Amino acid sequence: MILTKAQYDEIAQCLVSVPPTRQSLRKLKQRFPSQSQATLLSIFSQEYQKHIKRTHAKHHTSEAIESYYQRYLNGVAKNGAAPVLLDLANEVDYAPSLMARLILERFLQEHEETPPSKSVINSMLRDPSQIPDGVLANQVYQCIVNDCCYGPLVDCIKHAIGHEHEVMLRDMLLEKNLSFLDEDQLRAKGYDKTPDFILQVPVAVEGHIIHWIESKASFGDECSHHAYLHDQFWSYWNRFGPGLVIYWYGFIQELDCNRERGILLKACFPTNIVTLCHSVA
Amino acid sequence: MAAVLESLLREEVSVAAVVRWIARSTQGSKDNPGEAAALSSLRPLRKEFVPFLLNFLREQSSRVLPQGPPTPAKASGASAALPGRPGGPPRGSRGARSQLFPPTEALSTAAESPVARRGGRRRVPGPARERGGRSLEEGVSVESLPGAGSRRLRGSGSPSRPSLTLSDPPNLSNLEEFPPVGSVPPGPTGRTKPSRRINPTPVSEERSLSKPKTCFTSPPISCVPSSQPSALDTRPWGLGLPPGCRSLQEEREMLRKERSKQLQQSPTPTCPTPELGSPLLNWTGGLTDELADPARVSSRQRLELVALVYSSCIAENLVPNLFLELFFVFQLLTARRMVTAKDNDFELSPGALDSLESPLFQSIHDCVFFAVQVLECHFQVLSNLDKGTLKLLAENERLLCFSPALQGRLRAAYEGSVAKVSLVMPPSAQAVSFQPETDNRANFSSDRAFHTFKKQRDVFYEVLREWEDHHEEAGWDFEKGLGSRIRAMMGQLSAACSHSHFVRLFQKQLLQMCQSPGGAGGTVLGEAPDVLSMLGADKLGRLWRLQERLVTPQSSGGPCPPPTFPGCQGFFRDFILSASSFQFNQHLMDSLSLKIRELNGLTLPQHEPSDEDGESDVDWQGERRQFAVVLLSLRLLAKFLGFVAFLPYRGPEPPPTGELQDSILALRSQVPPVLDVRTLLQRGLQARRAVLTVPWLVEFLSFADHVVPLLDYYQGIFTLLLRLHRSLVLSQENERKMCFLNKLLLLAVLGWLFQIPTVPEDLFFLEEGPSDAFEMDIVAPEHGLDSMPVVDQQLLYTCCPYIGELRKLLALWVSGSSGRSGGFVRKITPTTTTTSSLGAQPPQTSQGLQAQLAQAFFHNQPPSLRRTVEFVAERIGSNCVKHIKATLVADLVRQVESLLQEQLVTQGEEGGDPAQLLEILYSRLCPHGAQALALGREFCQRKSPGAVRALLPEETPAAVLSSAENIAVGLATEKACAWLSANITALIRREVKAAVSRTLRAQGPEPAARGERRGCSRACEHHAPLPSHLISEIKDVLSLAVGPRDSDEGVSPEHLEQLVCQLGQTLQCRQVRGGICHLRAAFLCPCVRPDNQSHAGSGPILAAVIMVMPMVSIFPPQFLCPPAEQHLAKCSVELASFLVADQIPILGPPAQHRLERGQARRLLHMLLSLWKEHFQGPVPLQLLLSPRNVGLLADTRPREWDLLLFLLRELVEKGLMGRMEIEACLGSLHQAQWPRDFAEELATLSNLLLAEPHLPEPQLRACELVQSNRGTVLAQS
Repeated sequence: MILTKAQYDEIAQCLVSVPPTRQSLRKLKQRFPSQSQATLLSIFSQEYQKHIKRTHAKHHTSEAIESYYQRYLNGVAKNGAAPVLLDLANEVDYAPSLMARLILERFLQEHEETPPSKSVINSMLRDPSQIPDGVLANQVYQCIVNDCCYGPLVDCIKHAIGHEHEVMLRDMLLEKNLSFLDEDQLRAKGYDKTPDFILQVPVAVEGHIIHWIESKASFGDECSHHAYLHDQFWSYWNRFGPGLVIYWYGFIQELDCNRERGILLKACFPTNIVTLCHSVA
Repeated sequence: MAAVLESLLREEVSVAAVVRWIARSTQGSKDNPGEAAALSSLRPLRKEFVPFLLNFLREQSSRVLPQGPPTPAKASGASAALPGRPGGPPRGSRGARSQLFPPTEALSTAAESPVARRGGRRRVPGPARERGGRSLEEGVSVESLPGAGSRRLRGSGSPSRPSLTLSDPPNLSNLEEFPPVGSVPPGPTGRTKPSRRINPTPVSEERSLSKPKTCFTSPPISCVPSSQPSALDTRPWGLGLPPGCRSLQEEREMLRKERSKQLQQSPTPTCPTPELGSPLLNWTGGLTDELADPARVSSRQRLELVALVYSSCIAENLVPNLFLELFFVFQLLTARRMVTAKDNDFELSPGALDSLESPLFQSIHDCVFFAVQVLECHFQVLSNLDKGTLKLLAENERLLCFSPALQGRLRAAYEGSVAKVSLVMPPSAQAVSFQPETDNRANFSSDRAFHTFKKQRDVFYEVLREWEDHHEEAGWDFEKGLGSRIRAMMGQLSAACSHSHFVRLFQKQLLQMCQSPGGAGGTVLGEAPDVLSMLGADKLGRLWRLQERLVTPQSSGGPCPPPTFPGCQGFFRDFILSASSFQFNQHLMDSLSLKIRELNGLTLPQHEPSDEDGESDVDWQGERRQFAVVLLSLRLLAKFLGFVAFLPYRGPEPPPTGELQDSILALRSQVPPVLDVRTLLQRGLQARRAVLTVPWLVEFLSFADHVVPLLDYYQGIFTLLLRLHRSLVLSQENERKMCFLNKLLLLAVLGWLFQIPTVPEDLFFLEEGPSDAFEMDIVAPEHGLDSMPVVDQQLLYTCCPYIGELRKLLALWVSGSSGRSGGFVRKITPTTTTTSSLGAQPPQTSQGLQAQLAQAFFHNQPPSLRRTVEFVAERIGSNCVKHIKATLVADLVRQVESLLQEQLVTQGEEGGDPAQLLEILYSRLCPHGAQALALGREFCQRKSPGAVRALLPEETPAAVLSSAENIAVGLATEKACAWLSANITALIRREVKAAVSRTLRAQGPEPAARGERRGCSRACEHHAPLPSHLISEIKDVLSLAVGPRDSDEGVSPEHLEQLVCQLGQTLQCRQVRGGICHLRAAFLCPCVRPDNQSHAGSGPILAAVIMVMPMVSIFPPQFLCPPAEQHLAKCSVELASFLVADQIPILGPPAQHRLERGQARRLLHMLLSLWKEHFQGPVPLQLLLSPRNVGLLADTRPREWDLLLFLLRELVEKGLMGRMEIEACLGSLHQAQWPRDFAEELATLSNLLLAEPHLPEPQLRACELVQSNRGTVLAQS
């Protein structure tokens, strides 16, 4: 699961302009059968998000919105049961969930007296039944369940995955009899930056001292790793000393270059943990 | 001056008398009248004698040391004011003969002009240099004394100058003038350091009577010699006034201009960066050493006499810098070759060997003889040097040859020495850890300040890391690389409290990184290029440079390096400069001052005389280490305090003179000192703690600007220091005096200070001898720190790395002509790197009788007992407070939470005004705080005795032990109760407030659900799929149902069943303790799981699984977090809707594509059961009747209502939805736009459902009432 930069680039190359759908994922799996599905999905998702970040602005010009809305209206006028919105999103290379949000906002602007608040929109996206227009509700729902990179369901899945890995890590620590403070305890004590776990007694992994462990249920690519380094890992180092990051879905090998500096990367829970021995004297 | 020497040589006066004459202002009664008379006539010259002697010796050695080792040069004014880069201290110029007081390239910055250099070094004829006065270059480099030159001119002797110095040999060792063949000439980065000669006091009466202050004023330059004693004039080597006085003046002007121009060009602190690997081959190799032979010494008696006078001056501390003189003597010892005298210079003095008319050193033999004579007098100092130096000295063949006795003593000293000074790798940067006590939100005025500081901490380390990566790269510039980022960060520190937080971090990091010289290891490491990376290079030039490095000793800048910021200290220095923030500097000074006061006042272990049996040795190790840590910390802090405090007053421009200076003085004398160092010094001297106070004070003063020594306040300090210096006579050892190494340390640091350019050297020679008052007014305690052996060689060398230059000199001698032996690594190490051992301040005890008794109790006990008791009391007291927080206060908080729940239940959602609520809670709870004191007392009572018992030696007498225990209990209780009574109410209020806001924030569905979280059964093996996986799977099914889909896509009925079954498992298995590997495999590789093969069993088994629902204890960490459960609930409802509408594409025979009714109903049944039993949060069942989901039915042909009806009935049946609720949902459905027929069917369904009687068994038959032509008759299962 630890990929070289070259391996990673090969996968990323295949993901250019691929819509974030079930079908795309299936094809990707066939193309890289040796990689785990979770790793592939994570890479796909991150690459797609980078792509959307780059192109986001062009879909948000008023001209673009107007043109999408008109195309949507024409489409549903012809056949309300057809996947109008989903097709539109795929055609213009935009995430279906985000397209749904765009059209919904535009729709509400037209039909409501006051511009819709963000929370109203979010609530409608979470439960499209609340959308006053039945056809639009179906279209939005279709976009959301077919989008594998964005949308409330995907967000929930990601959140759940992160949470589950933290729980797993906690169990592993307990199993190893390593005492620790978790994020909630740290926050309660007033820590300003909180890794997932701080070890109360440091350990050594592969010759490196570890004071804290951060669990990342994603693939560590360059972009996300650098962001994490800046926002989290170095901050932890600045407060608690060297530590360990576990990228459960793997990472790019070349990124594990700060070991000496105090940030160690692993793709699984370390097997050889050296603990402090109390000499009996 | 020479007259005195002459008298000596003629044996008119004794050496002892001369020394007494110099050292004391009044003539000693012991002197015989003849001597007294001889000397008293020379009285006006008394103060000038020592500088004369020193310069005389330098002059005399001029021909001996032309190829000497690197010049021990002094700092220039510039490099002190604008300290060097972290790479290492600038090297001195490699002046030839006048190593100690060489004319130098005054300018150390890049653009040194050839004119200036030539002017400084080559073209100026000897006079300026050989005169006892300050040399021309000095007048320039030490800008404070523009008139220095003139002073000396006035003091100079007759114009008839000797030809001897005209024969100055070309300075072969000056690399700038004579770059080695094939080597790159030294870069333009100036690496020279001007040094200065010892400056004799002007001779004229009027000058010597003037106040010291006038030394700093600049009299007009004058070429007219003032009235001078004739004795000087007539000496052939007297201080001749150069004929070219005018031109000299001009050149000085020129140099000064040049210099200020350069300084303007480099406003940032540029400092000479050392030239790496400057080849020294040309003077270490290639020369054949002259053999020194005792038999060929030319004038033994004369040499002996001069050596004796010289040694006595050193011994009496009449010379400013002991180690500088030793360095000079070592140079003489290791001199390689005599420059051939030109012409017939020496023939002037045939037969005049007993006078000064012939050169003192006529051969190498003379030099070595003289050196050995001096060394013999200073055996004690030598024997206290580090083992490595001793070894080199003992192995020196010249020494053996000239004085086997001294060699024998040195060898013995070496063999007995344990003073190994070792090198430890500098620790890598470690961050200051986050301390919740000082760093958490409660310590900040606002959230914003808290978060700003959070960011700042990160930026600070980011900058530090970047500095670590780049600062050794060529061309990297601190200001360019980091300056703007630092200023942006400082700009965010708006609140004053944020500044203090940041300063605390800054100071802690400073101590952590730089306190040890290992941390400051840049002196060594910074200077050394990465040898390994060089080896990888294929360029010959690089190899050449590498080779050069191997024969170039590491240099710390000669025996008198300027104050620098080696290693990591450079980062902090540059940070301060780049930040250029007034507020930051002010807070930093406050914080540094506070810390200095705290450390300076620390009660350091008191050595008790009774404790003489060797068992205290272990303790002493620790105590020495503690002293070293404190001392090194103090020095570091004081250095930075001095740097910041005098920063505004230092600048490139020459110091003001005349009226301008007076007005500046008037102004500056009004400014209170940043830290009252004078009082601290006075107290330190009185308390016999000079060994702690003086070294840091020296660091502080080393950064003073030129005006500082003129201020009355600081003059007082210098006077004290000078008196102290004079009083530290090493040979005097009596009971209550200072330990030898303590003295040596003080002499070394003071000597170094007196060489700092900003400290006017006149000061040293003007000062009268130690007044008796100084000795008397010290009402010393019995055992001050000074009389304890707190300093060892390790600490001495750590504080004064320049002492190591002595060893280098000797090592160079050994490596000598072959040049094969490498430059040696400086082995100077930190004694320790932690700050943690800084003892805590003993708690303040009350003044009561009990306290007095306790004091008395400790008086006759070993001090470790007192430390133990105080330590235990301090810790137990502190723990007691924490204990109260964790027990009493935590209980109260729990009460609050339950009270609050009640309140919320009775008052409903709103709960009333929070502030009011809080007040009610406070009033109920704060009275409980009274218990805290009782509990605290009980805690201290319980805990302290055990701790005391464990820490004291077992043989402690029972009575002592029990007293100690009781005192510990008392102190701990006092401490704890004082805190508790003052703070308990506030603490309770704070905690309660936090609890209330926590509870209110956490309100909503979650806490209620959490209250009855169910765990899974004991039998559960926790193999359930993870929630994220399930959501993902269900989402896939939903997306298939919604479409669009390929024709071959679909779900098998088994997969659907398995999915629902897994959902049941997941909901039940809410906690995982075992089976981690299995789980991980299941979770991490969902793709390889046989997802589509149902093995979870069919209906009955599934039902059985679901039914197993024993309640077990709650395990807090659960895979299923509330948001995931909510989404699972919602997805399951969606799934049910698609089942009801028969919209799920089924894999199977092409014709079928639909789920069997029975299967569908079974799945619905399972879902109903999950909703009923296993979801702990709310399930949005009303979604089943949302227009969108009901609308799914509208599309099916023929429409089948039976499953919906079945579902609705079950919902009612299981109590999941009320009839009224369903009715309301159905009612609202009518508002939607439906096809007409669909609306009718819906109405019928509604009526049907609502008309049903409440029967225990649902009457499925009733569905048949639905019109058969529109609906479908419910299939009987």
